[in-house]
Amino acid sequence: MDVIIDNADRFWVGMQTTLSLTAASALVALVLGVILAACRVSPVPSLRLPAAGFVNLMQNLPLTVLFFLVVFGAPKVDIRGTSYWTRAVIALGLYTAAFVCEVVRSGINTVPAGQAEAARAIGLGFTQNLRLVILPQALRSVVGPMASTLIALTKNTSVAVGFAVLELTSVVNQLNETGDAVPGLFGVALCYLILILAMSWVFELVERKVAFQR
Amino acid sequence: MSSVLFDEPGPAARRRHAILTVLGLVVVGFFVFVAIGRLHESGQFEGRRWEWIQYEGIQRNLLAGFVATLKAFGLAAVLSLVLGVILAIGRLSPRAAVRWPATAVVTVFRALPVVVLMFFPYLGARSLIGTSIPLLWCVVFGLTVYNGSVLAEIFRAGVLAVPGGQAEAASAIGLTRGQSLRIVLFPQAVRAMLPTIISQLVVVLKDTALGFVIGYQELLFEGQGITDESRFGRPIIPVALVVGAIYVVACSLLSLLATRIERRSGAIRRRPGGFVDPIPDTAPAPLAS
Repeated sequence: MDVIIDNADRFWVGMQTTLSLTAASALVALVLGVILAACRVSPVPSLRLPAAGFVNLMQNLPLTVLFFLVVFGAPKVDIRGTSYWTRAVIALGLYTAAFVCEVVRSGINTVPAGQAEAARAIGLGFTQNLRLVILPQALRSVVGPMASTLIALTKNTSVAVGFAVLELTSVVNQLNETGDAVPGLFGVALCYLILILAMSWVFELVERKVAFQR
Repeated sequence: MSSVLFDEPGPAARRRHAILTVLGLVVVGFFVFVAIGRLHESGQFEGRRWEWIQYEGIQRNLLAGFVATLKAFGLAAVLSLVLGVILAIGRLSPRAAVRWPATAVVTVFRALPVVVLMFFPYLGARSLIGTSIPLLWCVVFGLTVYNGSVLAEIFRAGVLAVPGGQAEAASAIGLTRGQSLRIVLFPQAVRAMLPTIISQLVVVLKDTALGFVIGYQELLFEGQGITDESRFGRPIIPVALVVGAIYVVACSLLSLLATRIERRSGAIRRRPGGFVDPIPDTAPAPLAS
């Protein structure tokens, strides 16, 4: 316990990095994921197929391999001036976008067909239909699955420990050097536990606020 | 192509779609062009960066890495299925003394990253008992406790989704709770949840790559070994592409199995009474399934 208190600043720095990784890559993933979802349900094949291909690729590629490609590969193609943190955000953002896309798409599928038909009947086009009728309903019903996706993202930030980002998990390595691996492990596990359980509690509150019975 | 979201296109929409199609192709083409141009300019397509594929020793190393990946996957898959069943039974137990610990275990392990769970035996054993645990077992431990907890929730959801009349009927003919779970509820739950279970096994296969972080000599680790060699021009991107392709093919095959099974179990429908029964007019399924 003393070890954890003595190294509270390290835990705090690690926690901050984990949080900033999560927030930045969540933003990337949400924006890209919604665009991908719109492409995946669109009437234009040249948008639909690449989006579907990207999602399939990301769902079958280990995050570690993507990290390897982005973090170690970027300097190889002369992309310089990006920090390890930025590259980790890109890897996490791309990876999570595919899962966000699938969540949004399944949300679109939960909106009853009558809603879309009614929208078409009053003369709305595809984008109007999506923007005014489908997505506002779909996004409400995806809060639960989206929360799971963002929680998974938070846990996935720990992969960055293998790629030179000093996030929460790396505190274990730091403490291992001074021979305090075990308290480090329990401290880090406790931090994740608090973070994840707090997140799921908040998301549950949000879900209860916006959810509606169909 | 028409869906519930848009009408069969008229002349104006067809024109717009044509423009968007071209625009989509241009955008995608642009990205592909820039990416390939970048790769080409930085010499990623040079022969020396791909030469390693021809070396027999390297092929053997990669194969050994892939076998190590499959070994971790196989062990973790079997063990997490076993753990999942045990935890699910615990979660469903009417006894609070059994239910609460099982719930706590599931909650805690699902809230921790797999990497941290792999670190526990990896770093913990060394400072607690002085010897180190083989890396394979560190990987298997992390994968098993996490995916076992997730699978427990899947099994539990499956059992709870079985119509209540099934359990009542089971107890009416005198089956005990355990018998009812084993003979009546679990088979139906597993059948209904099979696609979800296999998707979770795809996650296990993907997550074996996390072993790379603790230095388990799996596929990606063996790949990284190649990138240290300067005679091949430190081929990080070629190696990542090849290793990634192997993973994608392996995971896609498993995913394909899940979709196949999902489509087949689509032939099972619920009668109005909530009774699960195969549609009578389809050909009988082969016995070995």
